[in-house]
Amino acid sequence: MTYSDEARARLDKDAQRILARYPMKRSAILPLLHLVQSEEGFVSPDGIAFCAETLDVGTAEVSAVATFYTQLRRRPAGEYHVGVCTNTLCALMGGDAIWEALRDHVGVDHHGTTRDGKITLERLECNAACDYAPVVMVNWEYFDNQTPESVKELVDDLRAGKDVTPTRGADKVCTFKEVSRILAGFGDGRANEGPSAGPASLAGLETDGGRKGAAS
Amino acid sequence: MTVKQEWAMTPPTVTAIIDGIRVTVPPGTLIIRAAESIGIEIPRFCDHPLLEPAGACRQCLVEIAEPGPDGKLRPYLKPQTSCSMVLTEGMVVRTQVTSKVAERAQRGIMELLLINHPLDCPVCDKGGECPLQNQAMTTGQADSRFTEAKRTFEKPLTLSTEILLDRERCILCQRCTRFSDQISGDPFIELQERGARSQVGAFDPEVLDFDGYAPTGLAAEDESGRPFSSYFSGNTIQICPVGALTSAGYRFRARPFDLVASPSIAGHDSSGSAIAIEHRRGKVLRVLAGNDPEVNEEWITDKDRFAFPWSSLDDRITRPLVRGEDGELREATWPEALARAADGLREAVSGARSKGVGVLPGGRVTLEDAYAYQKFARVVLGTNDVDARSRIAGDEEEAFLGSRVAGSGLGVTFADLEAAPVVALIGFEPEDEGGVVFLRLRKARGRQKVFTFAPFVSRGNAKLDATLVPTVPGLEGAALDSIRRGSGTVGDVFDGLSQEGAVLVVGERLAGVPGGFTAAVALADRTGARLAWIPRRAGERGAVEAGALPGLLPGGSSAQSAEAREGVARVWGVSGLPLAPGRAAYDILGLASSGGLSGLVVGGLTLSDLPKTLANGIAKAPFLVSLEVRLSDVTAHADVVFPVAPSSEKAGTFVNWEGRLRPFTAALQTSALSDHRVLDMLAREMGVTLGTPTVEAVTAELARIPIDDSLRPPPPSASGPSAAEAARRAKATTLATWHALIDQGSLQDGEPFLAGTARVPVARMSPATVAALGIEGRVLKVSGPGRGTISLPLAVTPGMVDGVVWLPMNSPGSTVARTLGVAHGDTVSVKGSES
Amino acid sequence: MTALTPVLSSRWAEPRSWTLETYESGGGYVALAKALKSAPADVIRVVKDSGLRGRGGAGFATAAKWGYLPPDDGGPRYLVVNADESEPGTCKDVPLLMASPHLLLEGLVIAAYATGVRQAFIYLRGEVVHVHRRLLQALDEARAKGYLGRNILGSGLDLEVTLHAGAGAYICGEETALLSSLEGYRGQPRLRPPYPAVSGLYSRPTIINNVETIASLPGILGRGAAWFASMGTRDAKGHAFFSLSGHVNRPGQYEAPFGITLRELIQAAGGMRPGRRLKFWTPGGSSSELLTVKHLDVPLDHESVGAVGSQLGTRGIQVFDDTACVVRAVARWTDFYRHESCGKCTPCREGTFWLTQVLDRIEKGKGTRADLDRLLETCTSIRGRSLCALGDGATMTIVSSLEHFKAEYAAHIDGHGCPFDPRQTALFSSPGAKEADA
Ligand SMILES: Cc1cc2nc3c(=O)[nH]c(=O)nc-3n(C[C@H](O)[C@H](O)[C@H](O)COP(=O)(O)O)c2cc1C
Ligand code: SF4
Ligand code: FES
Repeated sequence: MTYSDEARARLDKDAQRILARYPMKRSAILPLLHLVQSEEGFVSPDGIAFCAETLDVGTAEVSAVATFYTQLRRRPAGEYHVGVCTNTLCALMGGDAIWEALRDHVGVDHHGTTRDGKITLERLECNAACDYAPVVMVNWEYFDNQTPESVKELVDDLRAGKDVTPTRGADKVCTFKEVSRILAGFGDGRANEGPSAGPASLAGLETDGGRKGAAS
Repeated sequence: MTVKQEWAMTPPTVTAIIDGIRVTVPPGTLIIRAAESIGIEIPRFCDHPLLEPAGACRQCLVEIAEPGPDGKLRPYLKPQTSCSMVLTEGMVVRTQVTSKVAERAQRGIMELLLINHPLDCPVCDKGGECPLQNQAMTTGQADSRFTEAKRTFEKPLTLSTEILLDRERCILCQRCTRFSDQISGDPFIELQERGARSQVGAFDPEVLDFDGYAPTGLAAEDESGRPFSSYFSGNTIQICPVGALTSAGYRFRARPFDLVASPSIAGHDSSGSAIAIEHRRGKVLRVLAGNDPEVNEEWITDKDRFAFPWSSLDDRITRPLVRGEDGELREATWPEALARAADGLREAVSGARSKGVGVLPGGRVTLEDAYAYQKFARVVLGTNDVDARSRIAGDEEEAFLGSRVAGSGLGVTFADLEAAPVVALIGFEPEDEGGVVFLRLRKARGRQKVFTFAPFVSRGNAKLDATLVPTVPGLEGAALDSIRRGSGTVGDVFDGLSQEGAVLVVGERLAGVPGGFTAAVALADRTGARLAWIPRRAGERGAVEAGALPGLLPGGSSAQSAEAREGVARVWGVSGLPLAPGRAAYDILGLASSGGLSGLVVGGLTLSDLPKTLANGIAKAPFLVSLEVRLSDVTAHADVVFPVAPSSEKAGTFVNWEGRLRPFTAALQTSALSDHRVLDMLAREMGVTLGTPTVEAVTAELARIPIDDSLRPPPPSASGPSAAEAARRAKATTLATWHALIDQGSLQDGEPFLAGTARVPVARMSPATVAALGIEGRVLKVSGPGRGTISLPLAVTPGMVDGVVWLPMNSPGSTVARTLGVAHGDTVSVKGSES
Repeated sequence: MTALTPVLSSRWAEPRSWTLETYESGGGYVALAKALKSAPADVIRVVKDSGLRGRGGAGFATAAKWGYLPPDDGGPRYLVVNADESEPGTCKDVPLLMASPHLLLEGLVIAAYATGVRQAFIYLRGEVVHVHRRLLQALDEARAKGYLGRNILGSGLDLEVTLHAGAGAYICGEETALLSSLEGYRGQPRLRPPYPAVSGLYSRPTIINNVETIASLPGILGRGAAWFASMGTRDAKGHAFFSLSGHVNRPGQYEAPFGITLRELIQAAGGMRPGRRLKFWTPGGSSSELLTVKHLDVPLDHESVGAVGSQLGTRGIQVFDDTACVVRAVARWTDFYRHESCGKCTPCREGTFWLTQVLDRIEKGKGTRADLDRLLETCTSIRGRSLCALGDGATMTIVSSLEHFKAEYAAHIDGHGCPFDPRQTALFSSPGAKEADA
């Protein structure tokens, strides 16, 4: 294992907090995998070994799980994962065009990472925001109603080190490692940032019909 | 009679209709099995009777209708998998035989299965015995209408040195992964990836495209440096319904239809597992597990499966050898060799300065061979110095075997072990020393509590969820004596063993522990637990039955009893049997090494397993007759060597640890002779009719040996180490050791692929002991009273009893007896080192 | 004209709607207090009387599902909230959790109380990080306020809730796959029987419900079964989200009673894009048969949609106008199923693998007429024969599109390519897009 003693101690401590949430420790495997992603930005073989050791299972069992889920990466990737939804609804509403424009603009393909290590591109499946199509995700924050132009600007800002603000999310997009830590179950105190809901979420509420119905 | 009792008397059944035929089965029977029982074969791939249903391949779809609460039949909307659905009362099942829906569904699945399956049957190991191939043929769909590119994988993957995987042939039935998880408990392979990219595999960063190298860890690896595989991995090859899993040794070597399969019994442990030896033109090409529900079910160890090349290596002896004037062995004719041996032995027994001849049959003999050896000793050589236990063994064990085991017939069985609510293990490591015994215990996991009297919970016992009864090697007797009604583990063991059906299992190591057997018998008597003796070697139980022990006559009566001797002498037609008490194997060897014997007759004995001082006995014996399959460190010192047959080339009987007779016939027809036949010839040469020319002759004679419980030796009554001795040991470092299943045993020679799957030898110590002794460095150097030292990587083992060091008994770099001259329970000294 | 009925979404427009403070100020957790005062059996009766059906897709009666729990044997039983929302076109649970996480938590405590559960899990898809933040915070708030934890509101009820992040796998929304995933295994579905209510998480009795289902409970318990049952149709009662996406002027969440029609919904959403006509739509995400303009007036309830050969599913309504190529849409959905097939069973794993190859070929103008028959045959080999409903779902848009739009497939084959201009389909005007014809 190549984690530094300090990193290992930190991981162990977090792992114990994760284990405490479950009646059976094997259940902690996904949060642990998110946790190791928050350490290195991907699930390394060391990360697999760490999970196996922590859960007292074989490495094959851990990789069996790790390779099943698309959010878990197996190689170092960019600080920002820019995902374009290219499932049918978004794709037809412009997602395909966004993807092509972005790919050409950034110069890497699906799962490719820019040389500066900033951006990894990805085609996504439906991300539960169809009413905001076409949708782009940056480190699992929503960028709604995108266009090829808006997305090019978005990645340019990210590469330039500017803070970017998701449409519905925290005030700024966090790094992939930071976000992975939240998915491991450790909040970052940013829950109160961002709006309650975007316009599409409120569409029904704000139509006349909606108001009438609400009154009844 | 109450209603309840009536119920108990007629086992409940379920009656239903399958393809118009009425079928009655026990409740809980799966549809696929119920159909089988009336001769209807529903196609299947993922189904396996010993694995939990997966319902994954969907090949076994049938149409089902079930009566609703109103009694009216309700058809299921969709076809259902017959491998996962239980037949219920009144169900109407229509298989492919009578249902178009089922037939169409099955054909559709078959077509989809073939989409990504390569059409390489002509070069595939499974060709000719492949369920996929067969079913494709019967559904008339040997190829597919799908013209798209098939999924391809780089081939093949090396899962372990022994097991290879061709991923494109795999149909993802998950039999192998379910076996590894459910049966052996070694999930070293699992499904990886998802969807159409799903594949079976280990954690291999390269294959799975992870960045970085596979993690390694002490004792997590096998010899080849891969993550530890499994002692039972070969079973996955056998249950793979296609040719995806193959063994390195067999791959591309033969076609199933060219092979002749002969049923036989495995000789690598005392389980008596059913096997099939498959051969072609006099050569064994592979060994498969036989299906014996009462013994090994359908599983065998990798040792049983792969360790067969040893008997056909270049050093196989085919003709008798005699030592010439020049001191070298040379080939001789049978008459010449028999004459030489007869002369030598005659001289050794009756010469002017005769000190007698000892007989060491070795622990792998058949019942018939063991019988012949002891009779040869007693009738031809006039001695009780015969002992098949080529290991530490003494009078106490013999008293135990004589009073509790010999002639007792079928005792505790595999089924009893499986059904036992509680099993306590002492001096016995099921996975290393019992193979399929381990699998049976694991099958009971969740229903059974296992206690192990040991210095730590081994990997195997951890897979049984065993609870440790911390035990210092050599002080097992005290640990057993400590079991009393009360609280804590000690009380739990007592209560557990007091339960109906509980079993106390004793193994090989207890023989070296003074007071061990005495305490085991006392504990069994105190709690009412049943006792099972599970020796390691295949021939030991048979040797006990045959009387191939110094103090035991055939049938278990004491050689010290005049009445017993008379009874046997009558059957043998001799005037009497030798009176002088015989000596155990190690004493015989010890005597020989100090010049106290005039000769030895030795069967399958491995010197590397013996302390050097004892091994010297072989060299020192003035006249040595060896009966061996291959040249060995024994034949190197022999005056006459007789070639004998390995078990694949002879008929005979193993008596397994249950006391079950496991007869087998010769799989290969060769001119090699059994030991009992050779001894018969040798006796005749010496003017004595031994009467053991054939298996039948021995069987007939054995049947005439009287069994009289009153003539058994008394039960063991030995005391353990004194309090002072125990106190002394508490301060010293004590050695724990046993044989790993896969190690340097001579019957594993010639199978490097198997050797590669052995566990990495390590030295184990508790963290506290490491700290207390100030051990530094990654390597532990262990030495005994002699000069030798064993250096192994140190595996700090939490939870281990303090003051103990564990070493594998006979693994690469760790030949404990030979190098250190010590045994389990002896004192050693240790120090740390960087390399 | 059916009036919309915003209930769950009624407070989403409020600032900081996600906080406990806002939630309580609007009467939050009052229904819980009320429920805790009645016996669990009474709570179940209210739910039964309300007619609440599962909102996760299958529409199974919620009280009936709870009723399958075996009697209490003293051992643990679990409640798992299915917040995996990954069905294409489905986008209701995520905004609900973002705006009003306490609505779920309140419903969760009520459900746990009714079913005797002491440990609950929320299985939330991993790809929505801000929702994780809000739920984590809401859990902390609820614990601090005594709505979770020990002796909730002095009722003696203890309940722990664990938020569990998925990691990207649509199949984990299938309830048995979700349990496998939550237990730390690959998210592969399990054989049924046994059903989760009998043997679910850790082989213990387990209830699995959708977010919206659980979030409907405070309303039902607070305002009464009769109030809830007054909305909707005979067999499908109450309010539900109808999520409109695609070529309507105002896509979004429309909470309405069951029985509302697509025509009414499109009207509420400001109509189709100017000058465009409805071409095809999914009533319940991509795992439902495509419907067309013919079905504009079908009441959107389980039975009526079933009667026209589709399913109400998740009410993820994806609307496509006449610029959209149905082959392209179907090929993409099928690729989704290929990508998301767990790989456990043959028909789904191999079938979707093959279907995508053929659809891709057809879309690119390289297909043959024979391909169309083989598409249908392959769908027959998958549907009803796979282990879980994902395989079934994969076939639905294929079969229905071949039924309604066979000519369009033929056009791709005969014309050796796609006759549509994707730029016209996009919502933003790409440079060079043809002027839309009226
Ligand atoms: C492939 C597949 C994906 C599913 N995804 C979801 C999901 O994301 N959320 C959900 O609530 N139900 C989903 N379901 C349905 C669930 O299996 C289950 O029926 C539902 O969670 C039950 O909750 P309910 O009774 O409250 O509707 C899915 C089913 C299938 C077959
Ligand atoms: S239908 Fe698909 S997702 Fe469901 S079990 Fe089969 S392979 Fe897995
Ligand atoms: S044999 Fe029944 S599904 Fe495979």
